[in-house]
Amino acid sequence: MEQLNDLSDPQLIRKSIEAVLRLANTFKEQNGRVPVLMEVCGSHTMAFAKSGIKKRLKEHVRLIAGPGCPVCVTDQKSIDAMIKLTEGPKRIICTFGDMMRVPGSNFSLMEAKTEGKDIRVVYSPLDSIKIAEENPDQEVIFLGIGFETTIPILALTVHEAQKKELKNYSIWMTTKLVEPVLRVLLSSEDVNIDGFLLPGHVSVVMGKKNYEFLVEGFQMPGVITGFETIELLSGIYKILQLLIDKKVSIINDYKYVVKDEGNPVAQNLIKKYFDFHDEAWRGMSVISKSGLGFKREYAQFDAKRKFKVNVGEPRKTKCRCGEIIRGLITPEECVLFNKSCTPLRPIGPCMVSTEGTCAAYYQYMREV
Amino acid sequence: MVRRITLAHGEGGDLTHQLIRDVFLASFGNREQTQLDAAILKSTSKTLAVSTDSYVVKPLFFPGGNIGKLAITGTINDLAVSGAIPKVITTGFILEEGFPLRDLNIIVESMAREARNAGVSIIAGDTKVVEKGSVDGLFINTTGIGVVNEKYQMTPEKICPGDSIIISGTLGDHGISIISAREELGLLTKVESDCASLNDLIHQLLEKVEGIRIMRDPTRGGLATTLVELCEDFHFNVELDELLIPIRKEVEGACDILGFDPLYIANEGKVVIVVDSLKQKMVLDILNANKLGEEAAVIGQVTSCQNQVGKLMIKTPIGTTRRLHRLSGLLLPRIC
Repeated sequence: MEQLNDLSDPQLIRKSIEAVLRLANTFKEQNGRVPVLMEVCGSHTMAFAKSGIKKRLKEHVRLIAGPGCPVCVTDQKSIDAMIKLTEGPKRIICTFGDMMRVPGSNFSLMEAKTEGKDIRVVYSPLDSIKIAEENPDQEVIFLGIGFETTIPILALTVHEAQKKELKNYSIWMTTKLVEPVLRVLLSSEDVNIDGFLLPGHVSVVMGKKNYEFLVEGFQMPGVITGFETIELLSGIYKILQLLIDKKVSIINDYKYVVKDEGNPVAQNLIKKYFDFHDEAWRGMSVISKSGLGFKREYAQFDAKRKFKVNVGEPRKTKCRCGEIIRGLITPEECVLFNKSCTPLRPIGPCMVSTEGTCAAYYQYMREV
Repeated sequence: MVRRITLAHGEGGDLTHQLIRDVFLASFGNREQTQLDAAILKSTSKTLAVSTDSYVVKPLFFPGGNIGKLAITGTINDLAVSGAIPKVITTGFILEEGFPLRDLNIIVESMAREARNAGVSIIAGDTKVVEKGSVDGLFINTTGIGVVNEKYQMTPEKICPGDSIIISGTLGDHGISIISAREELGLLTKVESDCASLNDLIHQLLEKVEGIRIMRDPTRGGLATTLVELCEDFHFNVELDELLIPIRKEVEGACDILGFDPLYIANEGKVVIVVDSLKQKMVLDILNANKLGEEAAVIGQVTSCQNQVGKLMIKTPIGTTRRLHRLSGLLLPRIC
């Protein structure tokens, strides 16, 4: 705890911000423009906004929120399908709270619940196992959204369901992986980034090795960083130093929790139950092998095989979440932001999720 | 076999009579007042304050309290922060068919104990039983009546730049204890709810300190929402200092995991006070001398007044300020 207490030391924070500003100025002198960094993770986006770092560095470092919020990157058609899933008979849908207010083309899970559908918010997928045990005559379906951080616990949940020989339990997998989406972003012409602040939580599972492709394939530096103000500043400092020194490498600045090889137990658990599937991303269409789904031998837990859901093309709105998660625009550039789209009446998922970029701007950076 | 509430307990017959006699009267007393359909209060020439609130918290039992204790402390605190001395409370129960009588007894006894300790009488009540599935165990309504002490009147019209903002202790303990106590969430902390009657402490402050402008109990919506409302209602701006706000590490950690902000988490035993800065030490001394206020701290100050729109700002550790708004769209389980 000693170390954690030091992380909030105001003097250290002030010195760190001065050091970051010095490097940012050096970068600007070298390149004639400010550095552009993308924080991949939604929790980083929130922490940058809440700590005031985003505001303090505004003129010196451009911090772009990336595709790291699991709710925000979920394709509109997938959301419609999950809402449609609630309509079947004898079904209990379990979900993380974030999903409840995400609007589909016509309504949200929250509205489906008020219509009488049995939809339950859980804090852990494991809780849905208990619900399945207590309701043997109902089909219990967990909405499996999330990145590498969440996927091991989904695997663990399947493991439990298998151990308990549950016949009425399945997961609707729409999980996403960080590597494929970063590859797509970096191959796209409209995204210009100098370096990445890499997600601490995902890295705990996948390890530093997971990001070697950035260096090998794209000559792109990155720093794995934590979530405290001082850790965020340290991450920015280190990546600016790499850029100034023109070095391309991945630095693990979160060594006390992230190992080079990640967490092999979690990785093996994932490999046991899941394999690569194509996934549709909001604003980016389908990315090949960018998600995980059930292996054929675990088909009895695969809600997508168990239940047929047909939805049409989603209703189009002026929502620009697709561009926001690619870092092309900021929330304030969307005409809906803080007008017709607010957390109470969200139009897109970025305004709903506790990791969403629009929600971060609304909650922490709105002055009116 | 566990004795449980049945629909017949709400029919007004023998079982209702037994329930009132064995559970409510046994704990709440005041037999003479409950012999009539209404409790009779002696006339008073003083100004009265009344406050009512309904409690639907889930789970019913949590570390540091239960729904019954909460129903009494909540109403007592609402009266106390308004400058009134709570005197009597009425209570209404909506019970779910099948609710265990043993649990009801525990809840009712803790209400009686809390009221007794706070010097408040529970003088009237009502019980309804509804079919299983219609409510979540039980809901409680309490209405409190207090006597306004003219000496205790606060002076929000005198709020001026430099006035201090004081919180009586750590933030978010109640909300996080509730969230942790929910069956679905076994991972969190040992944080206990701060649920407590603050009337004695508040009356000491009002008795001894001149210069208290206004006070509120930051329950639902937390400190941030409460202060935003004060700023808007009384047209002043406040700047809080994030580094000065007392929050337990366990609460901070739980909030990090769940994506909550402790400034928006409910408290049930805290008071936020706007006071003349010359009197802030006196307020802190009184608070710190009491167990319920031992972690009290000055957390900010009034920066300007007589604005059309009052704003709540917070200074971050890196020196920037940002505006705090009302709680907006966060998903929290029922906490009070």
